[in-house]
Amino acid sequence: MFQIRIHGRGGQGVVTATEMLSIAAFEEGRHAQAFPSFGSERTGAPVVAFCRIDDKEIRLREPIMQPDALIIQDPTLLHQIDVFAGLKPEGYVLINTSHSFEDIGLGEFAATHKASHLAALPATEIGLKHIGRPIPNVPLLGGFAALSGLIKLESVVLAINEKFSGKVAEGNVAAATEAYERVRAQMKGGAHA
Amino acid sequence: MLKQTEGSHAVAEAVALCRPEVICAYPISPQTHIVEALGQMVKSGELTPCEFINVESEFAAMSVAIGSSAAGARTYTATASQGLLFMAEAVYNASGLGLPIVMTVANRAIGAPINIWNDHSDSLSQRDSGWMQLFAETNQEAVDLHIQAFRLAEELSMPIMVCMDGFILTHAFERIDIPEPAQVDVYLPAFEPRQMLDPAEPVSIGAMVGPEAFMEVRYLAHAKQMQALELIPQYAGEFKQVFGRDSGGLVRPYRIEDADTVIIAMGSVLGTIKDVVDEMRAEGHKIGVLGIISYRPFPLQAVRAALANCKRFLVLEKSLAVGMGGILATDVRMAVTGSGLKGFTAIAGLGGRPIPKASLHPLFCRAEQEDLPPVTFVDLDEAAVNKQLERERLNRRSGPIAENILHDKGVISAKFG
Repeated sequence: MFQIRIHGRGGQGVVTATEMLSIAAFEEGRHAQAFPSFGSERTGAPVVAFCRIDDKEIRLREPIMQPDALIIQDPTLLHQIDVFAGLKPEGYVLINTSHSFEDIGLGEFAATHKASHLAALPATEIGLKHIGRPIPNVPLLGGFAALSGLIKLESVVLAINEKFSGKVAEGNVAAATEAYERVRAQMKGGAHA
Repeated sequence: MLKQTEGSHAVAEAVALCRPEVICAYPISPQTHIVEALGQMVKSGELTPCEFINVESEFAAMSVAIGSSAAGARTYTATASQGLLFMAEAVYNASGLGLPIVMTVANRAIGAPINIWNDHSDSLSQRDSGWMQLFAETNQEAVDLHIQAFRLAEELSMPIMVCMDGFILTHAFERIDIPEPAQVDVYLPAFEPRQMLDPAEPVSIGAMVGPEAFMEVRYLAHAKQMQALELIPQYAGEFKQVFGRDSGGLVRPYRIEDADTVIIAMGSVLGTIKDVVDEMRAEGHKIGVLGIISYRPFPLQAVRAALANCKRFLVLEKSLAVGMGGILATDVRMAVTGSGLKGFTAIAGLGGRPIPKASLHPLFCRAEQEDLPPVTFVDLDEAAVNKQLERERLNRRSGPIAENILHDKGVISAKFG
């Protein structure tokens, strides 16, 4: 079983992101369970949502305390909560930032963590460029597909088309695709932005 | 059709497949997504003929449900928590009048302190209301139970609550098989009311009944639930014939054949429990699980039979009878009266506290060793409790308990993650 935890703020589409991730996994014939941390939704408040992916039925109903992967939609959360709590030793980390891990105070963490499992992605900018709104969730899913190889970009595209339609869907597909390519390039280059 | 969808939305689709003619509901978390989706289906014409009635409160929701059901319409509503309490008087009226209303309860704690998260306090508070109560273990089962519920309610002319864990199920996106309309039409016959307000054949419904007949009316409510003990497994069997999967029934045993220790629970926590039991089985522990699907009627004989070969049981429940202990545990103990079985109660997950495997594994090992008090409070912060008790010893005006505990734990308001 692969467990993903997404941290962000109310309004950034954190819950939608886990739902889309679960749809992408479903489209690949896998079992997936997405669920929010069940709070009252408030814009700007820290939000956590979870997604489990497995090849068999998922029965477990506890929150994800030891994630295999973290997606951090808002780097300002790093100063507020312990987003890394319980992360597995070689877990994947994807952060929405236009800076490097070093620049946002994670130099020490990055130095000791498996480099190929870390990526920084300017997802808010990509969202603004393609969707016209500073929503980082879908670009991060594209980036996550590239970083983890857990799901295909095509599956993310299917999930986008299930959640959105028309121009919004087109913009999101373009954003996810650019994000995917950027993270791929980053991984080939061996550096995290 | 297989779909990756939200539990609430899947339940709304299942309810729509049952062709309700009246839906009346007042939104309350975590039930809201269900009635929102149904409202959209009625407005778009996808669900027709059906009237969606916006009401001003839960009391009105159940009152309108009573009226429409008495008029012969297949009627659905949904609620949770304080909403269920607010409609309580009408809840008793619906069952007392024998009206086959189906209601989803998205189980949630009852305040104060106000709390929107899951436990089973709400529907269990209506335990003796005369409504049947079925508990879903998964979202698939929640979907399937609604289809079975309309059939059961209408056959017996008695109302039924389909209970599903708030947020944990209602807000989870999962793989769910949404039945085909033709299958549902085969399984669920058209509603033929036993009683109906019909201008062509006028009757009154709701007579005042004195001591001369009240006991008989009440007894018949009980007798109908006893009939339900026969019908529930029958309808689950017929469901499997039409839809090809096991859903519903009275109880669901898991790996109990040679189990010395059996864990008993209701709802979605059964999934986590089964994972723990598989791990313990792999370590050589003789442990199994008994899921209770039908809480009312309570299947005394089925529970007794399932526990016939074990040595001890632990009831893990998301509810607390304050001043007493377990609510479900009391019923289970009644089922095994005279058997000499050793039984324990664990109260867990109140107000949405997670019930992790890491807490269940040691709890089950202690149950196996019979090393538990009669009632255990899983993951209770005893230091926080003792601090408040100490505060009360030292100060007459010790202040509000909830605020004190939050302050002691360093949170200024309920934690959202």
